Amino acid sequence: MGISRRKFLGWFGGLSATAATAATSAIAGSNHHFKGHPDTMGVLHDINRCIGCRKCEEACNTVNELPKPEKPFDDLSVLDQKRRTHADVYTVVNQFQQGKEKVHVKKQCNHCMEPACASACFVKAFKKMPNGSVVYDESVCVGCRYCMIACPFNIPAYDYDSVLSPKVTKCTLCHPRVQKGLLPGCVEACPKEALIYGNRKELIKIARKRINKHPDQYIDHIYGEHEMGGTSWLYISGTPFSEIGMREDLGVKSAPELTSGPLSAVPIVVGLWPVLLTGVYAISKRKDKVAEEEKAEAVKAAENVAEEHLKNQIAKLKLEATKEKEAAIKKEVTKALEEAAKEAEKKAEAKAAEAAPEKKEDE
Amino acid sequence: MMERTSRISLRPMMTPFNVMLGIILAIGCVLTVLRFTGGLSVVTNLDDNNPWGIWIGFDLLCGVALAAGGYTTSAACYIFGLKRYHSAVRPAILTAFLGYALVVFALHYDVGRPWRLPFPIFWQQGTTSLLFEVGLCVFLYLTVLFIEFTPAAFEWLGFSKLREKILKLTILLTIFGVVLSTLHQSSLGALYTIVPSKLHPLWYSGYLPVYFFISSMFAGLSMVIFEGSLAHKYLHHKMDETHLRESEGVVLGFGKAASFIMAGYVAIKVIGLAVDNSWHYLFTGYGAWFLLELIGFVALPSFVYAIGVREKNIRLIQRTALWSVLGIVLNRFNISLIAFNWQLPTSERYFPSWMEIGVSLFIVAIGIVVYRFITANMPILYEHPDYRSEH
Amino acid sequence: MDTIFYSLQEFMTFSKGITYLIMGAILILMPLYWLFLTDRDEKKETY
Repeated sequence: MGISRRKFLGWFGGLSATAATAATSAIAGSNHHFKGHPDTMGVLHDINRCIGCRKCEEACNTVNELPKPEKPFDDLSVLDQKRRTHADVYTVVNQFQQGKEKVHVKKQCNHCMEPACASACFVKAFKKMPNGSVVYDESVCVGCRYCMIACPFNIPAYDYDSVLSPKVTKCTLCHPRVQKGLLPGCVEACPKEALIYGNRKELIKIARKRINKHPDQYIDHIYGEHEMGGTSWLYISGTPFSEIGMREDLGVKSAPELTSGPLSAVPIVVGLWPVLLTGVYAISKRKDKVAEEEKAEAVKAAENVAEEHLKNQIAKLKLEATKEKEAAIKKEVTKALEEAAKEAEKKAEAKAAEAAPEKKEDE
Repeated sequence: MMERTSRISLRPMMTPFNVMLGIILAIGCVLTVLRFTGGLSVVTNLDDNNPWGIWIGFDLLCGVALAAGGYTTSAACYIFGLKRYHSAVRPAILTAFLGYALVVFALHYDVGRPWRLPFPIFWQQGTTSLLFEVGLCVFLYLTVLFIEFTPAAFEWLGFSKLREKILKLTILLTIFGVVLSTLHQSSLGALYTIVPSKLHPLWYSGYLPVYFFISSMFAGLSMVIFEGSLAHKYLHHKMDETHLRESEGVVLGFGKAASFIMAGYVAIKVIGLAVDNSWHYLFTGYGAWFLLELIGFVALPSFVYAIGVREKNIRLIQRTALWSVLGIVLNRFNISLIAFNWQLPTSERYFPSWMEIGVSLFIVAIGIVVYRFITANMPILYEHPDYRSEH
Repeated sequence: MDTIFYSLQEFMTFSKGITYLIMGAILILMPLYWLFLTDRDEKKETY
């Protein structure tokens, strides 16, 4: 190897430095805890302060230039029904009866720290921005609606009426306004400061302080701090959350965490299945081959045995034939001898007969 | 070139069944126009709480599960070397190819902008999504199935050189097909791992991908038996000696395999209950429904399959095959429609509109018509005399 | 490789993207490797 020691050490050093950087920044997700962007903003919704005036709904409708609904925003009779977000209705306020009191809660996209919609979307149409907003890109959306399945809060709505350009609709945390330094429409419109916009970490501190200051007025829980991995929209309330339409059984595991297991199994199948299946194929082919060879051997062995048998038969026959021949020859020879003997006898008799009459004449 | 395949059957075409098919096809065309001029709200009962209906629950989930006979049969014959199943391969591949093609066709009705269906693969890949995984694998597998199907078409058309080239790829395509099938069958189940809060705990499990993959195996095997029994009844005249001779072996062998795999499936379902400690749910209404599905439509048919195999009772196995197929459909319906959103009040639950049902029937009818045409004209149920027995 | 990932979602988008590319490479390279491995086996009839 023609490398100088200096060069080699230089390489090695460079490699380790790269590896170290890579390791620190792209840490395996298996045990790493992601804390979100430090500048993530959020909204703190103090449910105790909400009076159900619906000014936030109106502001949302205005700043997003959404179609006006049938019933105007100052019609509070709509609060008699439980509503959910709908196509072109990014947020709703619902009313709940708590004994003699009425409690009001605003519902909209919670802008999760690990959004289920972003995890589910197969065209990356959803993105969690550094400022905390989860934004939707209509230009790539295919309309599969898996995001609607995935969202544990049932927030995304769909334009089922549109034929050529149906889209998913949800709160944008007023991303365009926020980028211009304005407040989200609903936050600005709220007359009771039931909505505050700010850095998420700060909002959690504020919420904590408020709960600690008035422990008799608030449930000791900041909803959204950990639910589904944490949300940018945080809630504090004097009424138990499950009684005001907010699920408390969602757990703290985020959607990416929930699907991480199955997703990780996919490449292992691709890596191992070809090996295992080819192995089975090769083994079965080998078995076939060995079976064929054994069959051929068995056939050959059987042929050999048959040949041997045949050879023996032939030898036997040959022997018999030879014997027969010899016997036949012997027979012929014996016959010939007998005939010769007979001939001789006849001749002798004839000669004797000839000699006998001559003797008679001599007397 | 064969003469007998090109004559259209002289039997009268206007059988009651064909008339019914014709009506379904006609209504289907009307519904198609409605869907694409009026939008989803005009034709479906889908809403914001129930974004997926029977076009996903039946056409996609059941369609893919029941087309699994393609990979199971070709794996049995070519990878495991069980050549006695060879005559079952082509019909199974044809069913799978048509099945997946129709799934993609059905998706064009369901998604909001079907012309953008290539986007996730070719434009912007949502790699964290299990639906991306499903889409990519279905796309690739449909390609594999198409290629696996072409030799039959080439024999019909006389393209022997091309046919030979494709046949050389058989083992590669088969292995690739099993890999892709494992991935997308399991990922369809994995789609629901993202919503533990919406799927009833008896059906929700971290093992959903495994459940879907294993059940796809006996879904495929059962469909091959079931379709074989239908083909024997209505397409008998198209079957050659080899096919007829091997068919009993296929029924017995596949019934045996299905029985055993179903037993394993019941075992891992029980393990799933134990791992999540969900026993107490069995004593609820949904629990009874769960037990009906698992015992009545998996454990029992598994046992009856076994009896059929032991006693070599072909008819019993064929009937059990249909029973098992219904069990698969029930399972997929449960996960996508019945146990999904189980906590919503009844007024907010989903039931398909007759038009959604009409479109689903339309798609099945198309499948039947195309299947009949292909088996009548191409060497699927018989070996083409010019290419007979090179195996 | 020096972008910091603030969320699991961001991290997984990146890591799964690379993973899919590797999967594609595996599906191409493995058959080629198989051919290399079995190149000098005795030729036998296949389908």
